[in-house]
Amino acid sequence: MVESMAKTGIQPGAEIHLSVEDIHLSFGGLKALNGVSTEIRKGEIFAIIGPNGAGKTSLLNCINRFYKPQKGKIFFEGNEITHLSPHRIASIGIARTFQAIELFKGMTVLDNIKLGRHVHLKTGIVAGGLYFGKGHREEMALRKEIEEKIIDLLEIEAIRKKVVATLPYGLQKRVELARALAMKPKILLLDEPMTGMNLEETEDMARFILDVNEEWETTIVLIEHDMGVVMDISDRVCVLDFGSKIAQGLPLEIRQNPQVIKAYLGEEDMTYSRLGA
Amino acid sequence: MPSGLFHENYSNDERIFQTLWVKGWLWVFILFLFFGFPFIVSDLNKILRFNVLHTAILTGIFVIGAHGINILTGYTGQISLGHGAFMAVGAYTSAILMTKAGFPFILSLPCAGLLTAAVGMVFGVPSLRLRGLYLCIATLAAQFIIEFTIRRWTGLTGGTQGMFVPYAAIGGFIFDNDKKFYYLVMVLAIATTAFTKNLFRTKPGRAFIAVRDRYFAAELIGVNLFKYRILSFGISSFLAGIAGALWAHYISLIIYEQFTIHLSIKYLAIVIIGGLGSVLGGIFGSIFYVGLEQLLEVMSKELSASFPLLITYFVSIKEIMFGLIIILFLIFEPDGLAARWRTVKAYWKLWPFSY
Repeated sequence: MVESMAKTGIQPGAEIHLSVEDIHLSFGGLKALNGVSTEIRKGEIFAIIGPNGAGKTSLLNCINRFYKPQKGKIFFEGNEITHLSPHRIASIGIARTFQAIELFKGMTVLDNIKLGRHVHLKTGIVAGGLYFGKGHREEMALRKEIEEKIIDLLEIEAIRKKVVATLPYGLQKRVELARALAMKPKILLLDEPMTGMNLEETEDMARFILDVNEEWETTIVLIEHDMGVVMDISDRVCVLDFGSKIAQGLPLEIRQNPQVIKAYLGEEDMTYSRLGA
Repeated sequence: MPSGLFHENYSNDERIFQTLWVKGWLWVFILFLFFGFPFIVSDLNKILRFNVLHTAILTGIFVIGAHGINILTGYTGQISLGHGAFMAVGAYTSAILMTKAGFPFILSLPCAGLLTAAVGMVFGVPSLRLRGLYLCIATLAAQFIIEFTIRRWTGLTGGTQGMFVPYAAIGGFIFDNDKKFYYLVMVLAIATTAFTKNLFRTKPGRAFIAVRDRYFAAELIGVNLFKYRILSFGISSFLAGIAGALWAHYISLIIYEQFTIHLSIKYLAIVIIGGLGSVLGGIFGSIFYVGLEQLLEVMSKELSASFPLLITYFVSIKEIMFGLIIILFLIFEPDGLAARWRTVKAYWKLWPFSY
């Protein structure tokens, strides 16, 4: 599907950027995550795949602490972050986009992206209200950087003054990525960035993800159902099924893993064509 | 002649007033407020048959308070029924500091704001857990607790007797008549307006709106929900306190009955009529509300004079009209006068070729 997008550029090192250890999460009797452990290396594109309800989004929600896992630990750059609150997680450099778009729909694209920079700005109430001197300079620097680094990269110049609610779905997803990028993330968690997109939009999004990974050296964790994209752009793939990790490895290995094939289709014979992309 | 707006740098693009034309009109308006309006009030009084300068002062005070409640309710999405009481805190603080502690006005005014901010923040703490109607009821508690305290703390506040407030004075200059006080109120109202407008183009303002629109997403991009909810209460009460202090120095006699739940609801009505989440809304709402109040008073007085037998019906005409107006606004223009203003502006921009 997405052709000739094999990754070039920087090769991810072996340094571990984020690790989750033995995460257990249940909602009442339902076990969403059942002892998942994995490690994400610095600078790689790490895909998490699995059938619906496998616990992929729950895992991301545990990482940025929207859910509190009952058991297990999460480490970021060697420090435990399990106990931090969601806004602290954001401020240490873990950004996130959502399956169902979580933008501020009544605001313009520009304001949404500016909000992404929230944790890096220092303007207080007084400086903001006076809008003079330091507060003014900071806003201008912010605008310049957003324009030149993010809006330019994601090719959304034409819509920057538009109110988000008026934009089509594909563009809203792109704006959400822009907002996440404004957080200057060290690690970017993308929850199904290509859902509901047509082929062209999917290819654009794949290109943006690769660009961000290369130019900003951002580690990317990606949940995606489009196997073509996953196999093409990710460095390593982790497969979840019923809250447990059933496989992890290079895309090529995953594609041929009998357990993965079984999880996806239940039967072995028809699989290759589905996963093969 | 340029056929549109073409900015060459980000600074220009971020301006509130995008063209010199608009900015020019604003200056004309401000100059009129200072050097035109006070000199034509006596003529206006004859036409409108109410005290125009008094109305303008009240409007100015309400503009300050309305920006306060707009920051809290319009921009951060937290309804407050306690703003009448917060205004009382400001009024009594300034009055007590001046009469009992001997503070000069220039110090007692900011102190009134700061103390009210502190009180508001304390009553804002439930916003950590409560939202919507539940928070609204929690702020109602603030209203009653503060009112009760003022009524019973006779030694400090004069209780049911109320207390006299000295004139505001800066240096040797005493604001002892309406005309002088008008200038003081206008300067503060314009400063507050500029402050509020600016606040919402920078980090804290954007965070407030984010908390209102989608607090879940706001938290995940790093907005500390609790901090910003409390901050919003703080700024909002600060402005209510300033408005209260000005009110006290203007009216000269304050009593707890001036700051009941009616005042709180009046504030809400002002921002709903004017437009929630819009700086212009607070201004429009205040002008509309205070102006209409005066007009209706004149109307009911004159009707009562003409039809003395029906006097009992005309007394409540004001309340009925306000109820009706709020309902009509909620149905037909929920975004208030500010939204109507935008529509009109958009229409005239293209007139007469609206395609």
